[in-house]
Amino acid sequence: MANLYAARRRRNVIATGLSIGATLFGLGWLVLILGVLLWKGFSGLSLQVFTEMTPPPGADGGLLNPIIGSLIMTVLAVLIGTPIGILAGTYLAEYGRHDKLSSVVRFINDILLSAPSIVIGLFVYEIMVFPMGHFSGFAGAVSLALIVIPVVVRTTEDMLTLVDNPLREAAFALGLPRAYVIRHVCYRAARAGMLTGVLLSVARISGETAPLLFTALNNQFWSLNLNAPIASLPTVIFQFALSPYEDWQKLAWTGALIITLAVLALSVGARMLVAQRKQS
Amino acid sequence: MKIEPLATPAASNASTANAADLEEKVSIRNLKFFYGSNEALKSINLPLYKNKATAFIGPSGCGKSTLLRVLNRMYALYPNQHATGEVMLDGENILSPKLDLNLLRSRIGMVFQKPTPFPMSIYENIAFGVRLYESLPRSELDGRVEQALRRAALWNEVQDKLSSNGQSLSGGQQQRLCIARTIAVRPEVILLDEPCSALDPISTAKIEELISELESDYTIVIVTHNMQQAARVSEFTAFMYLGELVEFGHTDRLFTSPRDRRTEEYITGRFG
Repeated sequence: MANLYAARRRRNVIATGLSIGATLFGLGWLVLILGVLLWKGFSGLSLQVFTEMTPPPGADGGLLNPIIGSLIMTVLAVLIGTPIGILAGTYLAEYGRHDKLSSVVRFINDILLSAPSIVIGLFVYEIMVFPMGHFSGFAGAVSLALIVIPVVVRTTEDMLTLVDNPLREAAFALGLPRAYVIRHVCYRAARAGMLTGVLLSVARISGETAPLLFTALNNQFWSLNLNAPIASLPTVIFQFALSPYEDWQKLAWTGALIITLAVLALSVGARMLVAQRKQS
Repeated sequence: MKIEPLATPAASNASTANAADLEEKVSIRNLKFFYGSNEALKSINLPLYKNKATAFIGPSGCGKSTLLRVLNRMYALYPNQHATGEVMLDGENILSPKLDLNLLRSRIGMVFQKPTPFPMSIYENIAFGVRLYESLPRSELDGRVEQALRRAALWNEVQDKLSSNGQSLSGGQQQRLCIARTIAVRPEVILLDEPCSALDPISTAKIEELISELESDYTIVIVTHNMQQAARVSEFTAFMYLGELVEFGHTDRLFTSPRDRRTEEYITGRFG
């Protein structure tokens, strides 16, 4: 009896120790990455970064055009991808939960979710860039949207599946039509999780470089024309970080820091918003 | 199954109303229910009288909740569940495939075992359902919300916080909110599926009191595995066992002189 108890205690201590160790190991790298990013990028942060265009080597400049380009393409991609993703996720969770079609869609979505983003870039190159004859911001946004969709489909379905069935039944019991039940009860109950899914997709696409190299390319100059090549932070970081010029490398670090801080701010802000609305 | 002759209820229970006062709101005839190929209800025949409370009692798995969920066709949400027979509501068969389910459910409200307030304000929880059927001016809608909350004995506790989230209330309050929500759309029948099993004794007493009050205006069906509760709130009781309706009759009579051995054994606590 006492032996059994002691052995169980020992195992408990070992399991707890391993878990804590794994957590620290994983988080350690994250802290390290953030630390290096802050160390290398923070000194480059200045007003100039947000007001001037990317410079030629050796000259002063900022990151205004890639920041704006990234913003435009990210927003556009989310605008395209979120409605499609939410509707498809809703179908999977609410309408077609037991359908054969659903399991097929779910399987394909999982493949899309884990598809290398460079494949998506090549695909959009084939269907948009090549027929149009030139790189464009539109093509960039579409390729990012293709990354957004499976993430949003997955989280929407998961979050709606988590909505308590009695809650759904209670809404049906009032005589609400299905679309009402979904829109007014299920979406509300799953709101925080669904928003997290969209944010997750934003975080994912704001760092994507490969699909943009094949679609939006890059642009050294100020351009808001979505029908032409447009600059973006990841491609500029890619180009500048690989360059031999020290000032370009410094700007690349700063750009990386800006992406990270933007995603962090967005995510913290949205969480606070959700928490606040939940309280009231 | 033993159904007492309703022509002479006075003989079995002098305190209840005459047979002449009894009007069948719902008539269940030869109802069978299947989960896949598993027969969960076996030829149920049962009347539910207008403006009376009827309790379904029986051990777990006897089919009492299943029977309740047939009455508003809740089972239709799920594949592989179907019912045969007839369930007449004011002479109309609610099992008919042509029936508008949303309309049916507006006439037959339901309260669940676990309180299920919607993730919205207390006011919206009630106004939401009302708006679906009637377009009322704001002042009238306010009135309807207040009326429903008063009816559910919740008004005094929530009148100052109508805009706070319904899910922030206590369990007992949440359940009364659900009852208020149900009566706000003015149903004719109210189904209660073990409405107190998740509540403390004080909340339970409040809900029971409420059910007794609602009885004058609504036809009430309550599923419970608490026999004292059935005795307290219902006028008629149906005892079910293994998918069969074993005995139905006036609550007082059924509890004092059960006619079936299985009923007697259940109410005396020998099984279940």
